[in-house]
Amino acid sequence: MPLEQLKTRVSYQTLLLAGFALAASALLGIGDWNTRDAIEMRRQEDLKASLAQVIPDELYDNDLLKSTVIVSTDGLSNVQEILVYQARKQGRTTAAAFLLTAPDGYSGNIDMVIGIGPNGEILGVRVIAHAETPGLGDKIEIAKSDWILSFNGRSLENPTVEQWAVKKDRGEFDQFSGATITPRAVVNAVRRGLLFFDMHRSEIVE
Amino acid sequence: MLLLETYKKLAGEGLWHNNVVFGQNLALCPLLAVTGTATNGLGMGLATLVVLVCSNGLVSLNRHLIPAEVRIPVFVLLIAALVTLVDMTMNAWLHEMHKVLGLFIPLIVTNCSILGRAESYASKNPLVLSLWDGLMMGFGFMLVLVLLGAVREIISSGTLFANASLLLGESLSFLEVTLIPDYRGFLLTALPPGGFIAIGFIIAGKRLVDRLFAARTIRVTTGEALTES
Repeated sequence: MPLEQLKTRVSYQTLLLAGFALAASALLGIGDWNTRDAIEMRRQEDLKASLAQVIPDELYDNDLLKSTVIVSTDGLSNVQEILVYQARKQGRTTAAAFLLTAPDGYSGNIDMVIGIGPNGEILGVRVIAHAETPGLGDKIEIAKSDWILSFNGRSLENPTVEQWAVKKDRGEFDQFSGATITPRAVVNAVRRGLLFFDMHRSEIVE
Repeated sequence: MLLLETYKKLAGEGLWHNNVVFGQNLALCPLLAVTGTATNGLGMGLATLVVLVCSNGLVSLNRHLIPAEVRIPVFVLLIAALVTLVDMTMNAWLHEMHKVLGLFIPLIVTNCSILGRAESYASKNPLVLSLWDGLMMGFGFMLVLVLLGAVREIISSGTLFANASLLLGESLSFLEVTLIPDYRGFLLTALPPGGFIAIGFIIAGKRLVDRLFAARTIRVTTGEALTES
């Protein structure tokens, strides 16, 4: 039967579609097979780079990605559990770091990483991913402004819990001119992170 | 028509007369979304170019097999598979660029110009011509992306091709220029409304050039007519 005639048949069209679907799946399978390891490596590099920003090198001699503990959040956050990375030097836990999300940014989630010392003092906070307004809200990035460094050395006692807010909310931390929502979201998320650490200090620091 | 003429005509269509943005007014969504900087425009343009050439090639190769009734699902399937491959490849080996553009790469699927070329050109023409058409259309689109990105980047932050070395390694770092040192920045052009305004001016400029050329052609023709008489 000539091709033109065959092409009008429903069975031919069905089989052709199925054939293309199969070929596309095979192609994607091969693509995934070839890129999976590389992508996983990049993901780990990214994670390591973010953790290294909030935990100084001299504080640990272990592999942060391998030394983790899963801690339940008890409803403090919208996630059930948080994976905490522990920095150890000569077997002693010297710092901990975990990922933190502020769900109430001006345009969606603000993903951060926070490093905390065993005494509950912040070693550093960095924003990893956000979609805040360029030029206004993006001053939370270390590349744009050093505002995020104002958390260094802070803890739940310094300032007091009531003071853990932006100045507009009668707190300690600066907001940006033209943008209050973004820094407010970040400050609140960091405070929640500290509360979480405080509640589970024994589990994390051992 | 001579074959060379056909190639020339396709190039003219893709780069200028029937350019994806200027001529067809398609693909404005990815255009405005990613062109905050020239580097992002270049990255998105290259990714789209690859997908467009591959999809045109695949569609053209299979054009005799595909019945008209199921052609759209087949085209969409092919394009989606190609975009996913590009996405995975960039994530694995152009990771820094992928971090910036990652959100927009899957959206290449919805770039109507790709389905448009498959439907209106590649499904009716032989392989090499279709590849050439994809290349020229993709190149034309990339040029607009880079142009718009450059205009917006210069006005919004005074730099050109910032972070270009992230795109294809250190070899491209020579492109990075700070045109206006100590520039305070002009936020509007980096935001979506600035994109609309800038593309408006660019399209108006293209129309103006077309009109000038048309006027000159008429003048030349009438001039000849006058000397003849």
